[in-house]
Order: sequence, then C-alpha cells, then structure tokens
Amino acid sequence: MSTLENNAAMFDEATLRVYRGGPEGGEPVDYKVPLAPGMVVLDALHSIQAHQAPDLAVRWNCKAAKCGSCSAEVNGRPRLTCKTRMDSLPLNEPITVSPLKSFPLIKDLVTDVSWNYKVNKKIPAFTPKPGVEWKMDQRDVDRVQEFRKCIECFLCQNVCHVLRDHAKHESFGGPRFFVRVAGLEMHPLDGVSRTKLLKDEMGLGYCNITKCCTEVCPEEIRITDNAIIPLKERVVDEFYDPVMMLVRKIRGA
Amino acid sequence: MTANYETHEHDVLIIGAGGAGLRAAIEALANGARVGLVCKSLLGKAHTVMAEGGIAAAMANVDKADDWRTHFCDTMRGGKFLNNWRMAQLHAQEAPERVRELEQWGALFDRTESGDILQRAFGGHSFKRLCHVGDRTGLEMIRTLQDRGVQQGIDVYMECTVTRLLKDGDRVVGAFAYWRETGRFVVFKAKAIVIATGGIGKAWKVTSNSWEYTADGMALAYEAGADLLDMEFVQFHPTGMVWPPGVQGLLVTEAVRGEGGILRNKNGERFMEKHDPKRMELSTRDVVARAIYTEVREGRGTPHGGAYLDISHKPGEYVKKKLPSMYHQFKELADVDITAGPMEVGPTCHYMMGGIRVDAETAQSTVPGLYAAGEAAAGLHGANRLGGNSLSDLLVFGKRAGKAAAEYAKNAPSGALDSTQIETAEREMLAPFEHKGEYPYEIHRDLQETMQSLVGIFRNEEDLRKALEHLEQFKPRLAQVRIDGSRMFNPGWHLTRDMRSMLLISEAVTRSALARQESRGAHSRIDYPKLDDAWGKKNNIISNQSGTMNLRQEPVREVPEDLQKLLAETK
Repeated sequence: MSTLENNAAMFDEATLRVYRGGPEGGEPVDYKVPLAPGMVVLDALHSIQAHQAPDLAVRWNCKAAKCGSCSAEVNGRPRLTCKTRMDSLPLNEPITVSPLKSFPLIKDLVTDVSWNYKVNKKIPAFTPKPGVEWKMDQRDVDRVQEFRKCIECFLCQNVCHVLRDHAKHESFGGPRFFVRVAGLEMHPLDGVSRTKLLKDEMGLGYCNITKCCTEVCPEEIRITDNAIIPLKERVVDEFYDPVMMLVRKIRGA
Repeated sequence: MTANYETHEHDVLIIGAGGAGLRAAIEALANGARVGLVCKSLLGKAHTVMAEGGIAAAMANVDKADDWRTHFCDTMRGGKFLNNWRMAQLHAQEAPERVRELEQWGALFDRTESGDILQRAFGGHSFKRLCHVGDRTGLEMIRTLQDRGVQQGIDVYMECTVTRLLKDGDRVVGAFAYWRETGRFVVFKAKAIVIATGGIGKAWKVTSNSWEYTADGMALAYEAGADLLDMEFVQFHPTGMVWPPGVQGLLVTEAVRGEGGILRNKNGERFMEKHDPKRMELSTRDVVARAIYTEVREGRGTPHGGAYLDISHKPGEYVKKKLPSMYHQFKELADVDITAGPMEVGPTCHYMMGGIRVDAETAQSTVPGLYAAGEAAAGLHGANRLGGNSLSDLLVFGKRAGKAAAEYAKNAPSGALDSTQIETAEREMLAPFEHKGEYPYEIHRDLQETMQSLVGIFRNEEDLRKALEHLEQFKPRLAQVRIDGSRMFNPGWHLTRDMRSMLLISEAVTRSALARQESRGAHSRIDYPKLDDAWGKKNNIISNQSGTMNLRQEPVREVPEDLQKLLAETK
C-alpha cells in the first residue's frame, strides 16, 4: 500500500488554520475539512470555499504545478498549495496556511505581486545578434532551458531575505529576475549585455548566495549556482577586473 | 455619463491573455493601434501555460516530405471534413512562419542534431510535426509572447473580468468589467474588440481545464448577437489522470504516446489494435478516448477506472528528459514512477472545437467590430482537433485577428457608449448581494454532474433532453444565487457571473448535440452511431433572437476543386 492510502486511512479530517483578513488586519481561522486520498492543500482550500467560506480569497489556475498561481506559506514554508499533499503534513495538529510575506496583502491568501511585473519590464528583451543563422546546439539550449522552466510562482522572491527582511524592492530585482536575465544572457544567439542593469538597477551585489531561493523552487532550478553566481562573475569581469578597468581608463570609456 | 466609472480608451481591446490574445495584441500594436489587454488572471497564467506536447507546423525539419498540403489534409481528415477549409489552409500554410517568429522573439525549442527545431510525432499527423520544449511547450510560448508584448508596450489590465460587451447600434464599442481585487467596475471604450477567452471545460466534472474556462467569451459574443458554430463538438482528451480523486482529469500529455507510450487494458491487451490497427495509440483523440471509455465500460478497466499507459520500456533518463513534468506529476501527486511502471489514465474534457463563428481571413465574427481567435473561435478544427493544432491556431489566427481589428479600428468612427447598457450591466452584477438563495458552488457542482453524465463522450436523445430540462431548472436557481462578504476579491461572487456564461453555453452545446443525428468526430450518438452524409454537409449555428436561443443549419463551405483533388490524392 502506498503512503497515499496509509495516511488517508489514519485520518478522516484535518484542521486548516487559514489567515483571513486584509491590509487593515485579520486573524487565522480554523476550518475542519474531510480528507480524501491524495488530497492537496489547494483541494482543502476549495472545499472550505464550497462549504464554509464562499468568499475565501485564493489565487489558483492550473492545479498542476504549471502556472505558479497558488503560492502560500504552509506551516511556515513557502509552497505551491496545488503540489503540497495533505498526507505529507502532520495531520494531528492544525495546518497553517498564510499569504506570502514579502508582498502587500490584498485579502486572505492573495497578495499584491504587481511589483514583480514592474521589475520584469526593466529587462531588455531578447535581441538576436545581427545576421545570425537560426541554428543552435541542444547542449547550449539545455543550459538556458533550465531557466525557462520558471513558472513565476514568486516563492524565491518571497524567501529572499533582501526582500523579506530588508524590503529592498526599489533597488533589487530578486532571484526570479536574475533567472530571467540569466536565460537571456546565456541564450546562444542573444547579442545584448545586461550586466550594467544587473549591477546598477537590479542590485545583484545584495545577494550573498545563501541559496534560500534554490531551496524553495518547485521547478528545482539551481538559481544560485547556475544563474546568480555566473551573473555575478560576468559583472565582476566587466566592471571590476583590474586589467579591463585599465583598458577602459586608457580608452576613456 | 461614464464619469461614475473608471474608464479606459483603446483602439483595440483584447479580452484574454493566452496565446491567441497575446499574439493578437502584439499584431494590433505592430499595426499602429493603441492596445489594451484584459485578463481574468495574472499575466502569464492563462491556460496556454498548460499546453504540453507541442506546436504543429509543417517545417519538415525531421521528416523532409512534410509540407503544408499534408498538414492541411491531416487537419481536414481529423476534423471529419466539417472544418472551414480556408482556415485549415491558412493555418497549415502560416504555422511554420509563426513558429520561426517565436524563435526570433527568444523561444528556445528542443533541437535536431543539425541545430534546427526538433519535431515529434503526434496523433493524426502523418509526419513528425510538433515543435516542442520537452513537455512544457505552452509555458515557453506564453512567456515568449508575454515578454514580447510587454516590451512593445501593451497596456495590460490583470485580474479584471469583462461581464458585458457594449454596443452602439450593430457595432461593438466597449466592454463593462470589474476588478477582482476591489470589485470596482471599469468601462473600456474601444473601436474593435478581440475575444480570446478559451473554452468551457469547467462545465464538466472531469476536466483538464482551469477555473478560468467558463465560456465567457462565447457568452459575451452570443449576447452581443454573434453566431456560434458547431457547439456540439467538445473534445475529450483520451488521457487524463484518474486517481487520486483530487487530480482526476489532470492532463497526461499526448506526447507520452508520441514518444512511444503504449495503452493496455487490465488484461494486458493492447486494445487500440481493435480500434485503429494502423495508427494504434497515435490515432485521433476522439477514437482513442472512445476506445478507453469502452474498455472501462465493458469491465476491462484498471482498478481506478481507466486504462494503463506505459512508457517505462524507454530508458528512464530519456523519459525524464522528454516528459519531465509528467514524471514529477505522477511521482508527487500519485506516488507512481512512470519510468518503472504504467500510469492509469482515462478521458477528460479538454477542448471546445465549436465557438464563435468567424471569417477565415480576418477572424471577424458576425458582429461588426468583434473578432475572435483561439479556442473561443470555431471553424479550423471541424468535428475533432488534432493535438498540436491548438498552439498553431492561437498564433496564426491571433495574428490575423490582431491585424484585422487594428485595420478596422483605423477606419471606424468612435462609437458612443450607452448609459442604459452600463447601468444594466452594473445592476446584474450587484443583484446577487440582495438575494437569499443558495451559493453558486452548489449550482456549479450540479451543472458539472449534468454535463458529465448526460452530455459526455457518448450521447443519446433521452440524455440530451434530460440535460436540457436540468439546465432549465438551474436558471431560476442561478437568478436567486447568494453572496457572502464584500466585493473585495470574492471568488463566490466571481463564480456567479461565470455560472451565467457556463449555463448559456452548456445549453448551446446540448441543443446542437441534440440536433446532430449522427456520430462524427468528437460527437458520438449511441442512437445514431454512423456518419451521415447529409449532416456532413451542415454546420449547426446558434444565435440569439431577442433573448431566445435559435438553432439553424447552414451548408458547410465547399472545398475548392484543387484542394479536393489534394484530399483525394493523399487518402
């Protein structure tokens, strides 16, 4: 018997402690929810909506871990609620479900993530090198496809201490957008440099590679190792390499 | 008059931000229009994101013999010749260029040895034709279009839902909407409107569709006077997850079969041999869905009521590389390792072939100023859609709709908004706060039960008549539906409006299904199990005759001689 059937047999209901409220304040409210095999936290939230609190605000779309809409903090951990199995949680105590902490609260589990869209707008789009032939090697594509897997759930933004604890939203892009820039910078046919943007406007230097973002990524993108560190190296090469600094000085650039 | 409302003015307003809406927006902008894009969810979350297997385009990168003619013939044959032939031709001819365009905007497809875009086999396609990115092609497509559109300067209104189109005489000149966050109303003024809102999967209980798929655009167009076409054709994808209950219906990409997956019943029999010995698992979706359904009904199903789909004979690393999200989906949600054993799968409501009737060249509906593209529009796919033809549809006809809408807007005089229409729209949105009936979730559940059990894969007259009776009973219930809480981000309130669209369009589906006394493509009538040549020459048209749903038949557009010859040659 799978764990799935075991757990369903042990408990027939769970208590969800869901944050209810808006910017002016609120509190966690307990709801008892009947369990079914393989149930995920989002199923439980839907059950609450259908039977107990029809106005419970939750964002969701695909329910298949492909759209990144249903992010929340489950027992304090940032998760996609559509991918978090109830039987993976301790069911003998209330399961807390709270909104993402790094963004302003709208209502219940819904936060205002519009800041992310503003950051995204600053990033110069893919710009092919002039006269390229549209041929690419799969090996070169593989590297970039890792970054293109991002579903924009913003869990990485939510745990990044530069945003979560220091609220540097004005001067920092956050892991999600370092991943996006990495995808553009390492695109085999892209011809534009975004290193100045990374240094001056996206605050790449604030990141001290604690890897919190990598730990929560549901797509298992190695954000720190494969995106952020190589980008930091590019910034260093371009702006802090002593030889290059000298060359720039001589050229008067 | 609009002083009481937040108002925005655009030349072209696009409703829906999936592949079709985004492609239309990019094109309208490129043609000089001021473009507004309204979407129910956050940008980049539309259902296109769920598309897995690929984009069909006869690029001939893998199979050199492929060209648009074969793609055209495959599409017509898959659609049982009910397709609008001109749409099928334009689609097949233009899809390769639309894919190349995506690549030039930064999309990264899987590659061939020689560095070109790799293509895979899919049901009903004569050649390896689907350009893909593992099994997350839709995500790649929507992200590419989203970034392109935003960089080009589209104004995006996220989490905003249109509830009524506003008219000036015959023309569409605006839209009434609410913000999900605040519940405040907003009026859009536009010279042309493109509907790209997708289908109606949420009216069925077992579905691969997200909450957004509530037939909004079809209902808006119908209420504004546009014709709907061939609404009986609802595609049930053969392979959805069947267990555990919470994920029932979740899509299992056709790419599993494209990569060599095999279907078996509980006795280990490869049952597709009985249904389509030539194409086997890669037969068209209507055939495979009926085959699985029949195996289960006749007692040869798996423990959870499906069929076994097995790809574990392929190397594990290959499966993880080509089908990564399937691997994770089964591992995490069902405790099944697909590299080691079979999946359990069964049919799930997936796609609407019917929809808003449009002109092939311009994507214009029968209402001036109103355009439609993607799943919301009809014609390309006829009685059954081939896998992979949806993403290409979004690009080809999204572009065409955007261009035509921008051109129309250039020449159209500014229309006048009518305060009575706006006040009516506001009143109907606020009414549920005064009512004391039941919650909308209950009516939704009952609608899903009705459509699932009575308007499903196999249909008959008795069931369809019963379904119409049920739908009649839901109407007064919906009129009394109640809301708790405020207008701030209130899903219960949002669902009341979605329910109106779903009820209306479910009725259009059921009436059309009752009328078509034959079995063709995705429409299977137990009481009329054969193709009927007379019905093969007729399209069902639904229209709004001053509040009453009218159904009539019109002849299918005749295929010109040169293409008829082509179809005969490639039989």
